[in-house]
Formats: sequence, C-alpha cells, structure tokens
Amino acid sequence: MLICTDRTGFNHPLSSEITPQALYQERRDWLKGLAAGMAGLTLSGWAGREALAQTARPGVLSALPGATSAVVGANVMDKPTAYKDASSYNNYYEFGTDKSDPAKYAHTLKTQPWTVEIEGLVKKPGRYGLEDLMKLSAMEERIYRLRCVEGWSMVIPWVGYSLGDLIKRVEPQGSAKFVEFITQADEKTMPGVRGGALDWPYVEGLRLDEALHPLTLLAFGMYGEVLPKQNGAPVRLVVPWKYGFKSSKSIVKIRFTDKQPRSSWEKAAPQEYGFYSNVNPMVDHPRWSQATERRIGEDGLLAKKRKTLMFNGYESQVGQLYAGMDLKKSF
Amino acid sequence: MRGWLRTRTAWWALLAIGLMPLAWLVWLTLTDQLGANPAETLIRATGDWALRGLCLTLAITPLRVMFGWPELLRFRRLLGLLTFGYACLHLLGYTGFDMGFEWADIVHDVPKRPFVLVGTLAFALLVPLAVTSWNGAIRRLGPQRWQALHSSVYAVAVLAILHFWWMRSGKRNFFEVWVYGLILAALLGWRVLRPMHRP
Repeated sequence: MLICTDRTGFNHPLSSEITPQALYQERRDWLKGLAAGMAGLTLSGWAGREALAQTARPGVLSALPGATSAVVGANVMDKPTAYKDASSYNNYYEFGTDKSDPAKYAHTLKTQPWTVEIEGLVKKPGRYGLEDLMKLSAMEERIYRLRCVEGWSMVIPWVGYSLGDLIKRVEPQGSAKFVEFITQADEKTMPGVRGGALDWPYVEGLRLDEALHPLTLLAFGMYGEVLPKQNGAPVRLVVPWKYGFKSSKSIVKIRFTDKQPRSSWEKAAPQEYGFYSNVNPMVDHPRWSQATERRIGEDGLLAKKRKTLMFNGYESQVGQLYAGMDLKKSF
Repeated sequence: MRGWLRTRTAWWALLAIGLMPLAWLVWLTLTDQLGANPAETLIRATGDWALRGLCLTLAITPLRVMFGWPELLRFRRLLGLLTFGYACLHLLGYTGFDMGFEWADIVHDVPKRPFVLVGTLAFALLVPLAVTSWNGAIRRLGPQRWQALHSSVYAVAVLAILHFWWMRSGKRNFFEVWVYGLILAALLGWRVLRPMHRP
C-alpha cells in the first residue's frame, strides 16, 4: 500500500494501489469508533490525526485542522493551487475590483467579534457567535474545484462543515424554500463599499435543497488554517458546482425565505448573471465563452486552457437537483 | 537641452527607455514574478504600454509647437514604432497566451467579446502606419498623402479608448479609462482647436 504523507504532494496512484472502498470505509469506521470513545479523549485527538488531509499548512495564520471528508465528491484528485496564488488573486469587490486589491486592503476587515444572524422562516432563529458556530459540527477538509465566472479556476482545500448541519439545527419551517446569504458591508473598513460597483450588502441565495446538499460547505478555513481575510474570513460559503460569486464571503446573516432571493449580481446585470449560475460549459456568458478555463498556477504560459466540466465536475453528485430544468433558461 | 536632443545619444537613450518595460516584463517572466495569472498580467501590461506609447507619440506635436522645440519631431517615429511593438506583443499575448493559437476558438471568441474586435481593428489601422514609417515611404507616397494616411492614428486613439472602456465595463472600473481618455481627448482637442486660434 502506498503511504501518503504531506511531503509527497500529489501523485496519481495505480488503480491496484487504491484501497477498495469497502475496506477504506471499514477503516474509517474503526477510526471513528476509536475516536468516539474506545480510547478516550487523549487518544481521539491522536487518532484523528491519522485521518487529517494531506495539504501542507502554509504557516501564515492560526491552524484550523479538519478531518478528510467522507462526503462523496469532496476530495477531488486535482493538484491544489498554491496558497500564495489562492490568497493573492481574489475577487472581493468590497475591497476593490482588481484581483490584487483584496490581498492589499482586506487587512482592515474586523473579524472579531463576529456573529451570524439566522432569521426568517426557521423555528430557531437567533444570533450565533463565531465560536459557537465553529463548534456546531466537526471540521472537515474538502478539496474542491473553484471555477470563477471570468474563466479561471483553482483547487482549494477548504475547512468547514456541510451547511446542512447548521440548517438542520435551526429547523426551517415548511414554507421555507430558499436561503439568502447577506454579507458584511462596512463603509469604514471596506473601501469598495463606498464605490458603486454593486448594490451593497452583497446578497446571494440558494434553493433550500441546494443549501442542504452535503457538498455545500460552510467554510471557516483553507489549507489547514483559518480563512485569510481576502478569502472571506471568518466564515463563508463554498458551493463548488456554481460559479465562484455564488459562494458568499464574510457572512453576517442567513435568512430563510419562501421567495427566490435576488442576488447582487442579478440586480447589476440580470441578462448576464442568473440565480442558479451553475458551472456549465454549454451556456456561455453573453460576453465570453464558458467552454474552457485557465487553471491558476498550473498551466505554463503557452499551455492550452482546460475544458470546463458540467457542474464543474460535480454532475454525478448534484445533477439530480436540476432534473427536468432547462439550464439555458435557468442559467 | 535642445542641443542634446539633436544628438544620436538622445535617440538611443529614448530607445533604451522605451524597451525598459519590455525588459522588466521579461525579467518578471523569467523569475516567475508575474503573479497568479501570468498570461493575464502580460496581456494587460503590454496593452497598458501600447496605450501609454500612443499618448506619448501623440504628445510630440503639441509639445513641439508649444515649446517651440522642433527637435522633438525626430523622436515621434521611434515612439510610434515602440507603440506598435507593444501593440504586437499585446495581440500576440491574446492569440498565444490566452487562446493558445487556437484559431477556431478565437473565431468563436471574438464575436462574444466585441472589445477584442475593436482592439483588433485598432491594431489593423496601426499596421500601415508602421509599414510606411521609413523615409523612403514618405518620399514615395508624397508628404501630403503620407500625412493623410497617418492621420488615421486619431482613429486608433478613439478605438483604443473604446477597447479599454469596453474591457473594463464588466467591472465598472473606469478610473484609468478616464485618465487615458482625458489625456487623449486633450491631445486630439488641441489639434482641433489650434486652427481656430491662428491669425
């Protein structure tokens, strides 16, 4: 068997080297059992380390470990993007529209104290402190592809848990059909909010079943550390099969509604950005093709762009959410 | 100062300065300092320098007249050719780095992005100007026809700003577009208004 450590980086294993899923699941269960109680608290931390994901920590911010996720599709085989690229090439318009702006200006963002308000059609609304939110479920590391609507992509090891864990906790009412995410908009600390690039605060939304999908991640960290501010600290959404702008950063409010929310980008350019915004190589943006993408940091200057995958490669996991829908109309 | 402007050294100095942005980009490329998206950085930087070169080229005549320094004229051709050089690299960056020389993809991409078409048109108008930039061409065309042909640089300026504005419209980030737009408007406006002030 091939032993993978965080030093070996990314290697494609031979198919004969891959542990059969049944065996792997058994080992995982055994580890869980071990962690759960057999060996007590001291050992559980140690056993958990066995299951920790392979991404090396950049050593920039405080550690936030997560166990390798068991969610299907949560660990893509693509090589993770360099931390330097993932934390310096960002779209976060609250700090400016140039992709180098967030890394330059986001240091002013105050992430402590931080609360997330849960409101609308839920049985248990309330304000959650960040610390309580982080303890609500076990942290997992998930390696997701990220496809920006602009035509570039990255592969990022996020740390967080399924948003569904939080949603089940707050118990949506039967009438709740959508979830709206409202993000921080502070003129004092966010220079972009003083400009009129978008209608602030930045609002995004998901259908409740999309929000409940196990791949929809509430992320607190990346690369084994807490989120850098330019990447949406302290808590953000990651919806890997949708264009990146659907994954709201620095969330302050989660609202459950019976009406489809109107996102900031829909308000700005309804003919260009739809509510769904699923990654789809067959449906072009009105101003550019979505058939290909540039993988940041990987391809050489003269390398051809790679083909964009349907639902960003998560079709087998999320395709059924959109069965029977005309994805050209519901773009 | 004016005496020095007539020397060969001055011409070579301007060439050296004009090639410095290119040298800087080559250095950044070789040392892997172009950032997360090197292709994008190179395409944008060469476009920026082509636009700056265009502004400088068009500034020669107003400066020459205002300061009464005819010596400046001998730098106009060099500046124009440097502008053309950066425009060539910009176009090469798009076709090569961005589109990987996939002509089928380019043909599919251009109608989607009208600003690319506008940029291509501006480049196409620059080609005859670069080709007829030598003394022999001026002689053969005759100064008047040569002048008429080269006045198409004003159309290039308008197209270049439209190209830049359109490209930035996605992010509504027009600050730099305004800066270059106002510079070029002033340079073109000076030419339009000047005959009116003549006795």
